[in-house]
Amino acid sequence: MQTYDISEKGLRGLNSTLQAQRDATNQTSWQVVNPKGSHAIAVGLDAPIEVTVKGSTGYYCAGMNQQATIKVEGSVGPGVAENMMSGTVVIEGDASQYAGATGHGGLLVIKGNASSRCGISMKGIDIVVHGNIGHMSAFMAQAGNLVVCGDAGDALGDSLYEARLFVRGSVKSLGADCVEKEMRPEHIEILKDLLERAGADAKPEEFKRYGSARKLYNFDVDNAAAY
Amino acid sequence: MCGIVGLFLKDKTLEPQLGSMLTDMLITMTDRGPDSAGIAIYGGTEDKAKLTVQSDNPDTDFADLDCDLGRVIDAEVTMRPNDTHAVLSLDATKVDQARQAIRELRPGMRVMSDGDVIEIYKEVGLPKDVAARFDLSSMSGTHGIGHTRMATESAVTTEGAHPFNTGADQCLVHNGSLSNHNSLRRKLKREGVRVESMNDTEVGAAYLTWKMQNGATLGEALESSLEDLDGFFTFVVGTKDGFGVVRDPIACKPAVMAETDQYVAFGSEYRALVNLPGIEEARVWEPEPATVYFWSH
Repeated sequence: MQTYDISEKGLRGLNSTLQAQRDATNQTSWQVVNPKGSHAIAVGLDAPIEVTVKGSTGYYCAGMNQQATIKVEGSVGPGVAENMMSGTVVIEGDASQYAGATGHGGLLVIKGNASSRCGISMKGIDIVVHGNIGHMSAFMAQAGNLVVCGDAGDALGDSLYEARLFVRGSVKSLGADCVEKEMRPEHIEILKDLLERAGADAKPEEFKRYGSARKLYNFDVDNAAAY
Repeated sequence: MCGIVGLFLKDKTLEPQLGSMLTDMLITMTDRGPDSAGIAIYGGTEDKAKLTVQSDNPDTDFADLDCDLGRVIDAEVTMRPNDTHAVLSLDATKVDQARQAIRELRPGMRVMSDGDVIEIYKEVGLPKDVAARFDLSSMSGTHGIGHTRMATESAVTTEGAHPFNTGADQCLVHNGSLSNHNSLRRKLKREGVRVESMNDTEVGAAYLTWKMQNGATLGEALESSLEDLDGFFTFVVGTKDGFGVVRDPIACKPAVMAETDQYVAFGSEYRALVNLPGIEEARVWEPEPATVYFWSH
């Protein structure tokens, strides 16, 4: 286990050290202490290493992640795991706005609540939130799965493309072109796998599925008011 | 972008440290607002009202100000100068008269705040420099609000710095930008409400003052701001016995709260809170959009 103290050695050194790790590294386990809400902790990693951040972080933690497993033992500020490509990011606390935005792949697990715009423009990432999510979540989401064990805020899935949204609790309101859809056996399978991987104690059968009505894909003058 | 910090003490033993805790929080928010900084601090149990005034020429403006003002309003006035600011203590019934007299006696001077316990200090410059010139870290009090400004809607001046006094013992700080401040300024002018600068937040503050003059409580005024103000805002308001928070319905301007048995703290970012005692065990959360929160003693 390697330990990196941000208050002693600085943030820039942390990211350059972690980014320099390669597939064949024998330093696979890292612990980051004294994050003190700093921004951009453990960003741009591209190696199958495990990084544990001991405390809460600021903006853009674990952004652009590839391969790495990053765990935050605290809460995270806006834009956690933004544009993640692969790997796993686990947040023990809450996440601020636009968690997992534009993510292409990998798994983001938030054990607390996520605030507004969770999964905005997601492009293939899987996001599992144990708690609730805020308004405008999955706005223009294109691919991937967003699983919410609690409740969703206003305008869920507004202008949604092909991402799948699963919510166990209530949805305050659905955004334009987002509708409830039938939960078929293949969706139960997807959900079962995601809940297991995210360590979420919930049954797939308790969830409802939401997706795109596909009415806003091409301009139709009759839909003008919905844009 | 701007930075906001706020600290409301539940534990009286921390009161002597209020200034140093708030100063540390304020300086941490320098990245969010290096242009100017300000602080509203609530403290003291004086039976007299306090007027905090500011001058760009304190040597001339503050010379014999207490005597001159006392003579005009026919009351005892004591003065505590602090760099470009001075706190005038006087009988509460004489405050309106004193404001009028100050305009005539010292036209270059500005009233930063009035109330029983509030003092507002604000100037252009880096937060650490502003804090040092007023020796903010030595101040004590029950609660306080600080702001670091990155100017967007109007020039970098003392008048454009936050907090803004919205009424006796009340103040407002703002992160965001109001887009309908020009039309609202015209509307308020027609209603007889004076707005001194081209700053958007001053219009927001004047709006709250106007609402309260027309019978609204601060809570009601904040509720109606969600309807009448267009743009982005996280507002923190200071009151005589506490503070309040409200965010616009889109809520893209950040806000983090922390609460322990000893305090309630506000920061634009969690970074601002990390040196507070017991923060590791604090309940930390993000205030909901379009929801008015208040804490009071």
